[in-house]
Amino acid sequence: MPSDDRLLAQDIEAYLDRHQHKTLLRFITCGSVDDGKSTLIGRLLYDSQLILDDQVSGLRKDAKAGTEEENLDLALLVDGLAAEREQGITIDVAYRFFHTERRKFIVADTPGHEQYTRNMVTGASTADLAVVLVDARKGVLTQTRRHSYLVRLVGVRRVVLAVNKMDLIGWSRDEFDRIVAEYRAFAARLGIKEVQAIPMSALKGDNITRQSDHTPWYDGPTLMQHLETVEVANEAASGPLRMPVQWVNRPNLDFRGYSGLIAQGTVRPGDAVRVTPSGRTSTVTRIVTFDGDLDEARAGQSVTLTLADEIDISRGDVLCAADAPAEAAAQFEADIVWMADEALLPGRSYLVKMGAATVPAQVTEIKHRIDVNTLDEMAAKVLELNEIGRCNLAFSRPVPFAPYAETPDLGAFIIIDRISNATVGAGVIHFALRRSQNVHWQALAVDASARAGLKQQKPACLWFTGLSGAGKSTIANLVEKRLHSLGRHTYLLDGDNVRHGLNKDLGFTEADRVENVRRVAEVARLMSDAGLIVLVSFISPFRAERRMARTLFDEGRFFEVFVDTPLEVAEARDVKGLYKKARAGRLANFTGIDSPYEAPEQPEMHIHADQVSAERAAAAIVERLAEAGLFRA
Amino acid sequence: MTIDRPIAPETRRGLTHLQRLEAESIHIMREVAAQFERPVMLYSIGKDSAVMLHLAAKAFYPSRPPFPLLHVDTTWKFQDMYEMRERMARRYGMDLLVHINPEAQAHGINPFDHGSAVHTDIWKTQGLKQALDKYGFDAAFGGARRDEEKSRAKERIFSFRSAGHRWDPKNQRPELWRLYNGRIGPGESVRVFPLSNWTELDIWQYIYLHDVPIVPLYLAAERPVVDRSGTLIMVDDERMRLHPGEQPVMRSVRFRTLGCYPLSGAIESRAATLPEVIQEMLLARTSERQGRLIDHDQAASMEKKKQEGYF
Repeated sequence: MPSDDRLLAQDIEAYLDRHQHKTLLRFITCGSVDDGKSTLIGRLLYDSQLILDDQVSGLRKDAKAGTEEENLDLALLVDGLAAEREQGITIDVAYRFFHTERRKFIVADTPGHEQYTRNMVTGASTADLAVVLVDARKGVLTQTRRHSYLVRLVGVRRVVLAVNKMDLIGWSRDEFDRIVAEYRAFAARLGIKEVQAIPMSALKGDNITRQSDHTPWYDGPTLMQHLETVEVANEAASGPLRMPVQWVNRPNLDFRGYSGLIAQGTVRPGDAVRVTPSGRTSTVTRIVTFDGDLDEARAGQSVTLTLADEIDISRGDVLCAADAPAEAAAQFEADIVWMADEALLPGRSYLVKMGAATVPAQVTEIKHRIDVNTLDEMAAKVLELNEIGRCNLAFSRPVPFAPYAETPDLGAFIIIDRISNATVGAGVIHFALRRSQNVHWQALAVDASARAGLKQQKPACLWFTGLSGAGKSTIANLVEKRLHSLGRHTYLLDGDNVRHGLNKDLGFTEADRVENVRRVAEVARLMSDAGLIVLVSFISPFRAERRMARTLFDEGRFFEVFVDTPLEVAEARDVKGLYKKARAGRLANFTGIDSPYEAPEQPEMHIHADQVSAERAAAAIVERLAEAGLFRA
Repeated sequence: MTIDRPIAPETRRGLTHLQRLEAESIHIMREVAAQFERPVMLYSIGKDSAVMLHLAAKAFYPSRPPFPLLHVDTTWKFQDMYEMRERMARRYGMDLLVHINPEAQAHGINPFDHGSAVHTDIWKTQGLKQALDKYGFDAAFGGARRDEEKSRAKERIFSFRSAGHRWDPKNQRPELWRLYNGRIGPGESVRVFPLSNWTELDIWQYIYLHDVPIVPLYLAAERPVVDRSGTLIMVDDERMRLHPGEQPVMRSVRFRTLGCYPLSGAIESRAATLPEVIQEMLLARTSERQGRLIDHDQAASMEKKKQEGYF
């Protein structure tokens, strides 16, 4: 077989044909800071002769000194961001591309610092293999274990343990063996079965693309040999058809197609398909593409399918083989890695994106978090930045899924903050919890409107929020008195009172406050279902929870009442003496002092309680309720 | 505790590397169409734009792509590029929006008097922001590739921009698997790079295999050029300012990248067909953006431009 170089010079068509049919390996490099990841990649590119002349001259310019070629700082090739070059570290995942005569490679160079774990996970999620670097002088470190854990978590099964900087320990075989033994023991506990350990010096180029003279005792492959030959799992796309519908294609009334990337299996015209979650069935009529209809399409292809029947299918649904459809469920056990400064709070409402579906969801329970050093399971009430936990997760509606181990595209999800819209977490589903499916809603003969009709009112929830001492309870009490005198059926849930009973097991941490509000919101909903106008008087400092409460009620039946009193005024009143205590440090997590209050952005009613009397405020609120048609005043 | 991911779909047997890249790009474009209210495709008329446009046609077929094309024009492009622009909009049946920064026009900003940095900033960076704000686009496709330049290697596929179109490289959203988070607040937007994982070779190979139309300037031909400290500048129209004593000469040249003609360096070449261009590119030892003068102004200049809102 002629070499690439010869083909390139002599037969470009043959070269292109060969190049086009090369296999692809995506891998990630990870490890601790200063282990030499960027240098290693620079070395791979340099030794594959992919560093072009002007890039080398760029390196010289970067180094600002007339450096010798062998001392070129290869890491500068890949540390692209100015911020990184100033700090000499890699803060975000950088993707590099190179090819050899055997393969094409996409390598994700990922950051070492723990604070950039989210970037590392970003790179790992699309990798087939991980190169885990350790500094031979330091051995296996916390970051080595963390990264190994994370790559395993997102499903990478093959690891190269690159024991780097061997030149600095005199190419000691004993030291190498000791590091490898320690790592293998850890990897085995993670379930990583394939570990190829290679002694190397990225800086000097030993055992990267050429066999080192310093390691006569090592008879394994060089890094490049291993990357070129490691088996890329490529068995045909086995398994029944799964195609998440991304987009419904409707150019005109005569055409309705369903566009998506096939996640698993193959499809042909004539195949019977079933839609999850609706369960409806039909038959594939065409596989439509720009280049003409196809006779068959398989996993990895983006296609548009048309069906024989007009059935209701929308984005997020999954087209499945009719005889082996995907399941849908709303409650799962999952592993979550948390990637935001603000901790994950059980009970808080987030958005989850899985496949093409985006749904409100909450973590109902953190079963434990993992100490990545020891793999111990630790009790946890919240997940902080970079922590990993096993959680129960509840979606607001059933969604098509598969365990991640079976179909990655249907079992991986990201978690999105509803206010900032940032991606704050990611996770993989292990299995669905069956209990949700066994608790069905009881259809009741006497329903909410029947009960409310008897009371001649429309039930609603008035949610009073504001600082401690703002005057919430005072105003809520007056509102209830007025409603009562108008013959309306009401109930007032007061923060302090509820904490004496229903919620007496809860404290004042963020997690407990979220649960506190969740329970009260649910109680308020039950009471409104009973036909009552419910008044809730709770500090409820977080927007997310108030928004969650709002989602429990029908449109127009939830009134957020912001009792707005400046902190100085509330603190000056200090009816219960709490501000004094908090200022003295004897009361932790006190709203306004050492715990934030997130003011409502668009409350239905905004009471400037330092400017109007409680009586006038109450009268205005009742008037507003009558205007909203809850009852006849 | 741990689980096996069976097989990454893109490594399954049967699909070529290019087919996999194509499927990924189409998936990205459909996500944008589904997640955003007002997407737009930034069209620069270059070879990457040509591939991106072709992929858009494929992604939504038989529908037309559900977004317009936007060309942020500097008025200094090659004449061949303007012809190509009109031809492509017709071919793919798409609406073409052309934005010309009125301030740049009023001040007669040009590469000769104002230099490449000011010229590029005002026509392109400011022009792009004006256009995005004018039409209220919430997502803009760009043809950038990660293999082009160091700071681009770190760009997400969905690249979040704050209300002032700024890119915060230290605070990019995590982007896992194929799960693109397109949720944004008022005034915020996303730049989307469906060609992120393509290399220059992939682009050329795709153009060749699929007969994607490109501007003829990419292929070698006799053209009038002047040699300016080793950079060959084509004299494309009468606005070109010649130095005293300078005479355009006909040389066989082609362009590796296309921008404003006074800022695009040509290379001497006899490669008049695509395979010849690819062959020459692979044999050459000079990287792609070198022909664009704008990058040489300062180290890490591309990152700076991106923070300011340029692609």
